[in-house]
Amino acid sequence: MAKNEIKYLTAIKNDKRVKKFCRFKKYKIRYIDYKDVEFLKKFLNEQGKLLPRRLSGNSLKYQRKVSDAVKKARQMALLPYVTDLLK
Amino acid sequence: MNNYELMVIFTPVLSDDEFKAEQKKYAKLVTDAGGSVVAENAWGLKSMAYPIQKKTTGLYWVLEFTATADFNEKLQVQILRDESILRHLLTKLDKYAVEYNARKRSGVKTGTEKLAEV
Repeated sequence: MAKNEIKYLTAIKNDKRVKKFCRFKKYKIRYIDYKDVEFLKKFLNEQGKLLPRRLSGNSLKYQRKVSDAVKKARQMALLPYVTDLLK
Repeated sequence: MNNYELMVIFTPVLSDDEFKAEQKKYAKLVTDAGGSVVAENAWGLKSMAYPIQKKTTGLYWVLEFTATADFNEKLQVQILRDESILRHLLTKLDKYAVEYNARKRSGVKTGTEKLAEV
């Protein structure tokens, strides 16, 4: 029995909630380009739907800019409206 | 004089020189009306995320220009009359967008690379 192998009754909860931050404020991005498809895909789930703010961690102002950019990209057939296994 | 960006999808049936002729036609339209073309970027044949008018590929073309506000009306009429165009999108660029496009063209890092790993 390894000396340091301490068995706990319940697993210690060590998933310290990583503090989410709005990447646009942090990296001072001011404009979200609707042509930059690879970048927009980070804000879409597998079905091609927009991720909610609580998952993408964006502030309200930039979440709206992202949604505008995604909708323009969808209009110009750069992004699908609905698909499976987008990534 | 505002900054605008026009993205146009042409039918893939267009041959190469027709595609160039269309580009020149619209670029000339801008300069005739007193505007000025800032940048032009032809992506060429690209497959679309979903078929438009039963076509799955299209010739993409992006034109960034400055023009007076009332020019859009004339441009819109020309584009809608042209049946070789499947779809177009005209957006107004604010100063951050213009600066972003300038940096992207000149190869300076636009900051979205830093976001890649987040």
